[in-house]
Amino acid sequence: MEKKKERMRCAVTYAMVILFYIIAEGLIMTGHISSLMKGLLVPVCYYAILAVSLNLTVGILGELSLGHAGFMCIGAFSGAFFTQCTENAIPSVGLRFFLALVIGSALAGLFGLLIGIPVLRLKGDYLAIVTLAFGEIIKNLINVLYVGMDSAGFHFSTKDTTSLKLAEGGKVIIKGAQGITGTPRAATFTVGIILLLITLVIVLNLIYSRAGRAIMAIRDNRIAAESIGIDVTKFKLLAFSISAALAGTAGVLYGHSLSTLAATSKTFGYNMSIMILVYVVLGGLGNIRGSLISAAILTVLPELLRGFEDYRMLIYSLVLILLMLFNSSPKAVEFRGMLIERIRRAKKPAKEET
Amino acid sequence: MSFLTYLINGISLGSIYAIIALGYTMVYGIARMLNFAHGDIIMVGAFAVFTAVSTLGMPPFIGLIAAIAICTALGLTIEFVAYRPLRGATSLAVLITAIGVSYLLQNLALLIFGSNTRQFTSIVTLPNLKLAGGKMTVSSVTIVTIVCCIVIMIALTSFINHTKTGQAMLAVSEDRGAATLMGINVNRTIAVTFAIGSALAAVAGALLCSMYPSLTPYTGSMPGIKAFTAAVFGGIGSIPGALIGGLILGVVENLSKAYISSQLSDAIVFSLLIIILLVRPTGILGKKIQEKV
Amino acid sequence: MAMLDVKGLSISFGGLRAVDDFSVTIEKGQLYGLIGPNGAGKTTVFNLLTGVYKPDTGTILLDGDNITGKNTIEINKEGIARTFQNIRLFKDMSVLDNVKAALHQHYPYSTVEGILRLPRYFKQEKAMDERAMELLKVFDLDNERYYKASNLPYGKQRKLEIARALATEPKLLLLDEPAAGMNPNETAELMETIRFVRSEFDMTILLIEHDMKLVAGICERLTVLNFGQILTEGETSEVLNDKRVITAYLGE
Repeated sequence: MEKKKERMRCAVTYAMVILFYIIAEGLIMTGHISSLMKGLLVPVCYYAILAVSLNLTVGILGELSLGHAGFMCIGAFSGAFFTQCTENAIPSVGLRFFLALVIGSALAGLFGLLIGIPVLRLKGDYLAIVTLAFGEIIKNLINVLYVGMDSAGFHFSTKDTTSLKLAEGGKVIIKGAQGITGTPRAATFTVGIILLLITLVIVLNLIYSRAGRAIMAIRDNRIAAESIGIDVTKFKLLAFSISAALAGTAGVLYGHSLSTLAATSKTFGYNMSIMILVYVVLGGLGNIRGSLISAAILTVLPELLRGFEDYRMLIYSLVLILLMLFNSSPKAVEFRGMLIERIRRAKKPAKEET
Repeated sequence: MSFLTYLINGISLGSIYAIIALGYTMVYGIARMLNFAHGDIIMVGAFAVFTAVSTLGMPPFIGLIAAIAICTALGLTIEFVAYRPLRGATSLAVLITAIGVSYLLQNLALLIFGSNTRQFTSIVTLPNLKLAGGKMTVSSVTIVTIVCCIVIMIALTSFINHTKTGQAMLAVSEDRGAATLMGINVNRTIAVTFAIGSALAAVAGALLCSMYPSLTPYTGSMPGIKAFTAAVFGGIGSIPGALIGGLILGVVENLSKAYISSQLSDAIVFSLLIIILLVRPTGILGKKIQEKV
Repeated sequence: MAMLDVKGLSISFGGLRAVDDFSVTIEKGQLYGLIGPNGAGKTTVFNLLTGVYKPDTGTILLDGDNITGKNTIEINKEGIARTFQNIRLFKDMSVLDNVKAALHQHYPYSTVEGILRLPRYFKQEKAMDERAMELLKVFDLDNERYYKASNLPYGKQRKLEIARALATEPKLLLLDEPAAGMNPNETAELMETIRFVRSEFDMTILLIEHDMKLVAGICERLTVLNFGQILTEGETSEVLNDKRVITAYLGE
């Protein structure tokens, strides 16, 4: 019975995403959607992927990471870089984008693994600050990186484009703080939804499997997990690198949805990591569907509040604080418990009558 | 000679980090929470001084006092409204709330002062110091900052060691449950900690903007993060740790700006943090915690 | 050959000898008790046996294999499972999943097979469910299988911990104060369960316990620890009547 419930829950989650897609497509076809909202459809996809993937680290593994934007950054840049430098070798944009997705995700996952090995020994707030630091380092390094390509191969510099010493006909691909420009905008809403569904399949199937149980066991009690022979390091790294790889996927999607990709503190700084964390926490730790819903609402909400232009971020922050107080304050929790109890009691006699 | 100048400026920047880090470290030690909004209290302090001095034409010293008063009141209010109801909730919930408060302060400032960069006039009006027969100039702000930091450190240490409230703070940080049983008012103690931390943030804001005179609603966030890094660096919860962490961070940042790359200085600072934490997982002066089985 | 053969085990924490020259031999299928006043070092012995701490000196042989210095995970794979004095369940997971998590070594389908839901996933998950249910039935927990572990009453939480430890299919089971916090009825029931586990699984069991009724009722041999050292060792009835043991517990 519980198994069925579990499957139902997953099915509802997938159905929600597909329904969202159908409704949005329907609105586009009938022209009932503003261009502003249309522009938000792909962002909803990548933010949802980011939220779901971060939930794997924070909610399922139980480790606080404030560097998720760093992995997104790696995915975005490596993906866009690949698409640009294979422009001549692979004429099909679709194929290039597909390969970029694979490469971007794999590279982000690899970074997750490499960073995870030393860092996952730390706990709690220390882990949080170190992941934050890694995110900032990645952003900073990309900002000073200049990469060009000519017939002789790749040229690297950390100064400027002229010191790349490109031969005639060479092309600068990454221009330091200006980032990568002119990536084909291959990230459509359909691709976004497909990637989101793949992300959900990976994360949900992982959770309800042997590895998922091991990961949650580590979250609930590391010492007990060790005592039953669960390889704590291995499963921590597994969860962390899958989470990083999926953030990389979202990054590639992001990188292919803009004409200019630059690593500013707004796009890939800790503020972005924190924003994703907010999605996860408001959606509920470990609650994958919650992450989807909160990512979608919080991406659209600031735009809906555009009418109040100046006040929208203010309202957003107030909503955040009030939600946290309502959700997590011990007194509020007690109050809600009382309320539920009262409703239940009111319902019971009614049930006995029927 | 230029090396010496960079070093002194680094120490001065580090002193500011140390003052901010004190706020983080004390709040963390006593309330066990990461007050993400601390950096934004710095910004509020700086705007308070700016308004008092540049707009209302008050003397800098009065402006500073006003800023301290405003920030203290703000810190107490935030603690009472946003953090106190969450006592006993998960640390993640408190962290997210603090992030919400941080956004709130930034956006309030944005609404009141706009997003334009303000030119901050230094609150230090003393003449600059010329050394080595005029070959080397050390700005008065630099000196004042370092002196301020030393004075604050001494005052705070003696406050904690020699007053009843200070002892209560130590007790609460050691074991909140036991402190309650001993008749210590935990809520009051935590409030005092927030008040002190916020007052220090006001001082740090004024000094920071005297050194780097551009002021926006986001001014506080990066120094806040770095000061937090400094606190972790030195061992979070430890007051001398905040000083050491702040100084190392300031010096490393300034020297790498001067000799390596100004764009990479943050990356270097953060790399150093990671290395230190990997070698000493609880910071330079942090206590080693062993989990009991 | 003895199931567990420990010789000269010692460990110090900052000058304090928590365990000093501890030796014990437990035969296969034996129910062995480790008793002593609070702070005598009983749990530290468990932590040494399970690799939470590395001993300063001494050797541990499990079924003839030297496991000294191995870590907790390796030692569990060698065949020692334990419960904890302060219950350590996976509190946000279901009762069933608590046991299934402990079965993971014996049903080793890979993560990729799990994510792609390949046939082996379904086959092994089904087998895991069946095995876990068998174990839960032994402890009368099968009706609560979908409860969150933290929602179980205290006595059942203790039982679930034993079920979880047994799921790893150990050769030696260590129980750290299994009757702590139980009322006399629950304790009596627990004694039955421990006996049943021993006969049903052909298990060797070493337990720490303060409840002398339980110790006298089910343990065949005892070792008494006091201040980290062995006070005496022998048949249960002899040990419990030993003057020194009574003094150690009650004082002069």
